[in-house]
Parts: sequence; structure tokens; C-alpha cells
Amino acid sequence: MPYTTALRCKECSRESELLPVNVCDFCFGPLEVQYDYDAIARVMSRESIKNGPPSMWRYAELLPADPENRVDINAGLTPLIKADRLGKALGLNELYLKNDCVNPTYSFKDRVVSVAATAARDFGFDTLACASTGNLAGSVAAHAARAGIRCYVFIPADLELGKVVGAAIYGPTLVAVNGSYDDVNRLCSEIADRYGWAFVNINVRPYYSEGSKTLGYEAAEQLGWRAPDHAIVPAASGSMFTKIWKGLNELHDIGIISKPNTKMHIAQAEGSSPIVSAYDAGIKDIRPVRPDTVAKSLAIGNPADGYYALKVIEDSEGTGHAVNDEEIVDSMKLLAQTEGIFAETAGGVTIGVLRKLAAKGLIGKDEVTVAYITGNGLKTQEAVQDVAQTVNINASLRDFEDAIKAEDA
Amino acid sequence: MSVTVKIPTPLRRVTDGVDEIEASSDRLDGALAILNERFPGIKERLFNDEGELHRFVNIYVNGEDVRFLSGLETPLNEGDEVSIVPAVAGG
Repeated sequence: MPYTTALRCKECSRESELLPVNVCDFCFGPLEVQYDYDAIARVMSRESIKNGPPSMWRYAELLPADPENRVDINAGLTPLIKADRLGKALGLNELYLKNDCVNPTYSFKDRVVSVAATAARDFGFDTLACASTGNLAGSVAAHAARAGIRCYVFIPADLELGKVVGAAIYGPTLVAVNGSYDDVNRLCSEIADRYGWAFVNINVRPYYSEGSKTLGYEAAEQLGWRAPDHAIVPAASGSMFTKIWKGLNELHDIGIISKPNTKMHIAQAEGSSPIVSAYDAGIKDIRPVRPDTVAKSLAIGNPADGYYALKVIEDSEGTGHAVNDEEIVDSMKLLAQTEGIFAETAGGVTIGVLRKLAAKGLIGKDEVTVAYITGNGLKTQEAVQDVAQTVNINASLRDFEDAIKAEDA
Repeated sequence: MSVTVKIPTPLRRVTDGVDEIEASSDRLDGALAILNERFPGIKERLFNDEGELHRFVNIYVNGEDVRFLSGLETPLNEGDEVSIVPAVAGG
């Protein structure tokens, strides 16, 4: 059974019953799941985690859904890779990449959706739904297929073909909406009001978002039970950024690691960087923007957790930076060509910001740094199509050797 | 000037389940004042002590975020649709 105790409003702190609702009855503020940490500390240890399943569910006690009832396509426990070649290029000796490209639907979204789908099943819903920039669409459709329940997925009509196919294959009802992601989200809020469906990022959001904490737990476990000195995290709504910080602190609260001194750095794309803009201006009032960036998975102009993300930057003494489309694409190539990881555009944002932090001397060369790579490059091939340059020859050895000589010259 | 104000589920506890009202006003703040007159308690949920909208409340006129229009002073025309939507997380 879960160790959850209540939902608590992040604004007015009033507690309410654990239901599929995302907004406080009293002040309309966002709700967050509360746990009985004393009870969790009694049952959870490094040993118990190690003996758990080889997936994010090894941290089940800290997740708000019943692990016995879980909708599990084996999300999480993705590799943490020591990035020596990229580190050398940037002058960093202790650089690690959390490679979440290799989740079952190729992005970190499987973590949040596995929790959301399980919570939806706990609550007895028969339909799973979401508004998505693409990665969430595929993950929700896959988990609904695994659970054998109905699925509605709402996407902006201009989404990359790879992401449309990557969701459609699992057989959901796929609704393409003429408009931006923010438009899709607004529509879904109204649909969620009218239909009794589990919208993972609306009425099930307090449960859903907790899944991202596992990105913090796993990094700490894979570093040998310690928090990194720096974390670089891409942000759209800002939710994952806040949850990684929460995850590291929870591990400390239950006595599994020492107090995290992690500087949390947020990475956004210049064409959609309302959180970084507020950080640069030294204010906590997020001004929404109309996104225009190659990093479509980060194209949220109205970030719901922006304020809380700014608080995490402040609490952790981190920073925020944005990179432009050219830097994003260039960083995707650098990552692929130094470490063999083909990340989607959001990964280019992370690496682009990592390069800025290194160039500015904000990361010490021996400080342990984790950069989060949260989605797979095969989904956004359009961004780097220009790499597809081939050497064309006839099937003869002479042709080959002539061509290679020309290449080498 | 009659506009429709759509009320989201979390606010319907204040409105006894009513999901939309017609309001006669030529400006957004006027329409919201009418909503609050009919259902006292709305104001505290939408505005902070300084009279500004809470940061986690989004208001749209005909689908357009009022922060891209004129905020609470956004003019309203006959038949306009005002939606109140709590912030949602993304993906």
C-alpha cells in the first residue's frame, strides 16, 4: 500500500483527501501529495532499494500509487554514464549523463505516466487521456495499451510525424488540435471538466508529477548514494526540475544520503524561456510567451510550475540559462559524436546549457555533475537532417578507394 | 453587452454546480465582479490581497490568454467567451 497521507495545497497548505483533483478547494492553488516519511524511513534502506525491481518501482514507497496494482512497461533505472569524451571537450572531469532516451517509449515521460496510470487504475478510471507535445502522447498511449483501458490523446496539429506515429501505433484516439500546446492544454482542461476521464497532466497531475522524483533517486543511487554537486535539467512547465530536487531531499529526509548540496541549473530554449527570463530579471512573476523553438517538447509558453522552479533555483543556489536553435542543434551533434547518445532537441538544450556553465566557470572541473538527457533523437530527426551526407560510389573497390582518398584530402 | 463566463470544476463548489453564467459587462474585471456578486467567494479564489490574479489562475477571452491582451482591463464584446482555467502541468 502507498505511504501517502493527504493532498496539500502548495499555496495555502490546507490538506485534503487523496482524490483525483489537482486544484485546492479553498484557494485554487496546485496540490501536492504528502507522505508518512517516518514510516517510509522505517522500511526503506539502500539494501531494500537494491533488492527491489530493476525499474523506477524500486522506490515504490516514495510514489503515490499502489505498486501491487502498477501499470509497468519497465520505465526507469536508465543508465548513468560517465561522459569522459564530452567532459574532456568541456574541461569537466566528473561529468555524468542520465540517459533517459532508453525508456520504453524513449523519454522520461514513462516515469510520470507509469505513476499516473497506476493512480488512475487505483481510482477506478476506465479512460486515460492527456494533452501532449509528443513524448507524453506516446507514453500515455503505451501505458493505456498495457493496462487495457481506453485512451484519448490530444496533440497540437503541427507535431513532428515521428511523434504522431509514436503515439498512434498504440491505438489511442488521437485528436490533433489546430493551435499551440497551450491551446491544447486549455481545451483539455475544459474536456476534463466535462468527461470523467483520468487526464494524466490535469486531474491526476499531483500523482503524475511525483514520478519525476525517480530521476533524482536514481542519479543518487548510481553515483554511489550521493547527490551530485550540479544538475542540469531541461524545463518546459518546470515540473521535472522541481521534482528532481524534491527527490534528492527526500532521500536525505529518510536517511539514505547526506544533505544534498546540488546546484540546480534549469535549461530552456530561447524561443520558449519564460522561467529563465524571470530568473534573469530577478523576479518570480512568470510572463507567458508564445513559443517559437526547434525544441518542441519544451514549447510551453505558460509554465505551470515556473514559480516553484524559480524557488528551487534560489534554494539550491543554482542558475538558469537559455540556448538558441543553432546551439541546440550543434549540441545534439556534439553529444552524439562524443558519447554516442542521440538525444532529441531537449537534450541539445541541456548540453547547450552545460557548455555555457562550463565556459563561464560555474562548474568546477572536479565537481560531480549530472546532465539529464530526457528524450530520444529519433523522435526529432527533422532538427538534424543535414547530417545525412553520404559518400556515393559504385560497388567497386577502386571507386571506394578513390572516394576515401578524396575524403581524406 | 452579454458575455459567457465559463466556470471550471474546482470553482463549482462555490457556484453550487453552475458551470457558466451570462454577464453584462464591457470589460473583463466587470464580468468577474458580476460573477463574484452572484457567488461570493469567487474573488478570494481568483485574486490575491493586492487585487491581482493569482499566478496559478489563467483567464482566456475567446481562447486568448488575457496576459497577451489587456489583462483585467481586456475589453469584451457581445457574445465573447471568458474561460477560467487553473494552470496545468505539461508534457
